[in-house]
Amino acid sequence: MTTPTLEVRNLRTHFFTRAGVVKAVDDVSFTIASGRVLGLVGESGSGKTVTGFSIIGLVDPPGRIAGGAILYQGQDLAKLPEREMRALRGNRIAMIFQDPMMTLNPVLRIDTQMIEAVQAHAKVSHAEARTRARDALGMVGIPSPDERLQAYPHQFSGGMRQRVAIAIALLHHPDLLIADEPTTALDVTIQAQILAEVQKLAVNYGTALIWITHDLSVIAGLADEIAVMYAGRIVETGAADAVLDRPVHPYTHGLIGSVPSRNRRGEKLRQIPGTTPSLLRLPPGCAFRTRCPRADAACEQEPLPSQPVPERTVRCFHPLVAVAA
Amino acid sequence: MTTWLIRRLIQALFVVLAMSVIVFIGVHVIGNPVDILISPEADQAERARIIAALGLDQPLWKQYLLFVNDALHGNLGRSFVFNEPALLLIAQRMPATMELAVTAVLMSILFGIPLGLYAGLYPEGAVARTIMAGSILGFSLPTFWVGLMLIMVFAVQLGWLPSTGRGTTAELFGIQWSFLTLDGLRHLVLPALNLSLFNISLVLRLTRAGVRETLPMDFVKFARAKGLTPARVIFVHVLKNIMIPVVTVVGLELGSTIAFAVVTESVFAWPGMGKLIIDSINVLDRPVIVAYLMMIVLLFVTINLVVDLLYTVLDPRVRLEAKG
Ligand SMILES: Nc1ncnc2c1ncn2[C@@H]1O[C@H](COP(=O)(O)OP(=O)(O)OP(=O)(O)O)[C@@H](O)[C@H]1O
Ligand code: SF4
Ligand SMILES: [Mg+2]
Repeated sequence: MTTPTLEVRNLRTHFFTRAGVVKAVDDVSFTIASGRVLGLVGESGSGKTVTGFSIIGLVDPPGRIAGGAILYQGQDLAKLPEREMRALRGNRIAMIFQDPMMTLNPVLRIDTQMIEAVQAHAKVSHAEARTRARDALGMVGIPSPDERLQAYPHQFSGGMRQRVAIAIALLHHPDLLIADEPTTALDVTIQAQILAEVQKLAVNYGTALIWITHDLSVIAGLADEIAVMYAGRIVETGAADAVLDRPVHPYTHGLIGSVPSRNRRGEKLRQIPGTTPSLLRLPPGCAFRTRCPRADAACEQEPLPSQPVPERTVRCFHPLVAVAA
Repeated sequence: MTTWLIRRLIQALFVVLAMSVIVFIGVHVIGNPVDILISPEADQAERARIIAALGLDQPLWKQYLLFVNDALHGNLGRSFVFNEPALLLIAQRMPATMELAVTAVLMSILFGIPLGLYAGLYPEGAVARTIMAGSILGFSLPTFWVGLMLIMVFAVQLGWLPSTGRGTTAELFGIQWSFLTLDGLRHLVLPALNLSLFNISLVLRLTRAGVRETLPMDFVKFARAKGLTPARVIFVHVLKNIMIPVVTVVGLELGSTIAFAVVTESVFAWPGMGKLIIDSINVLDRPVIVAYLMMIVLLFVTINLVVDLLYTVLDPRVRLEAKG
């Protein structure tokens, strides 16, 4: 087996706030190979974005990576000097953000923002950088890109802004693209278009794609693997189809129950009762304990990752193995 | 854009008109120059002759209309004291004040932005805290007191810099300037610093607040995610966003700096408009007072307009609205 594009091992990213330590990412591990798509799923506040920022090295104080390794082609990014990290950022590892309305600088023209991105990693002339920027805009489906380069972000719709951000992220054909819910803020048709486009581009360049979302239905047709996050931990990972068809962790099961799907049309949407616990005051043991229908005394201990079924890693004392069978 | 400009110009005209009424009435309330100007020994006929010559026998509204009529012909009256056109008197003193005020504003940018940037980037450090504490002093210490202290320390105790007058001047465009000679520059330093202290504090705090507000923005993080150098992120992405409020405030402050130069000019015996107006108020030289105040009003209105125009250059979002 070749080295995967990215291997995250026991990553811990903590925020050392005045109120206490927020363990936003706590012992997270996953692997992603070139050309593959990993869906990182979880409710709001589960630590998805912080995981993404940890990989690209943009966790700001009071947060910092408190442990673990982020192996990009075998090289630990967590230990990389900032200078070398900067050479990778936007070049080999790129990220698209959650809110397209906030991603682009409102007072700089699109061409300025794209050309600087080209020239940050490629020693090319201004004219050449501009050509590349224009081509990248065309590639993500922006009409008359030459003209649009002259525009300011506020002259674009949300969907168009996200396309610009995607074009910027893909300028250097990165090995790894972290897409942090890039379609959540957009309406449904545009969501689907952008989803399809990013996937196509990622396949073309052999880019490994981490697609972050809190919406399982978005990820269903897209991801090869799925990692489900809850309160800073990955509670279940496995092949996408298998996880969606036969969830083994009670939380995943609950999540899928709350997604409208084809075979359960008309049935009432099931919500997971309760809310995500505050990361500041996590109860000892399984963090899902307070909301879990299967919780018992055993769950007051910390569940360690196990493999109740092949090709599936789960953190739970009472996985839904019997139910799934 | 054109309609916007025309609308703004009409507004400006009304402001100037309204101010002229207020100034005119205000000046007449202060006191009667006759008591000061005419020697007590003058007899009744002599008094009446002088009053008529100064136009002070007319009712106030008539004096005002005469004033407006003259003003429209570029004549703001003759000084009672110097018997010269008030406008000429002011025009002669204006370069000195302008030189002082512009230098002060430039200093506020030169010191305020870097200090504010630093304090915004490293808010927890001892240096940043010292800067912020200093800026509070800059706000609250009275200008004349700071001016006296500057003279005490740098002119009297250390003897590094001169404390009065403009020093040697050199001519440019037919006007005498201090900043063109080394001696003049040395004379300019203390008064300009004195005048700019408030503005430095203002720009500094504004810049710092802007940096604190802009740094956590997504677009800053995205700029970093592109692999840009910290210098590029700060000096292009962050600073360009902050420049909008800073330019606005600095621009608007230029007007009040010119107005406030009165104090500094008195302390440092800087022969500008401010010193002239103080002298004129002392002898109730109405035409000079009125002319000076009208100049200041005009200046404020012009500066406001220019700042609004600059705004549209700096902020692309404003440009669109202005068009629509
Ligand atoms: N600067 C910070 N200081 C303190 N805590 C933080 C900070 N940034 C994030 N956190 C905490 O980290 C946790 C994870 O946040 P994160 O943004 O990764 O969630 P998410 O899964 O991306 O949620 P969403 O779907 O809402 O984007 C949150 O509970 C949040 O409170
Ligand atoms: S460990 Fe216990 S509480 Fe946690 S998910 Fe499994 S059954 Fe539920
Ligand atoms: Mg997020």
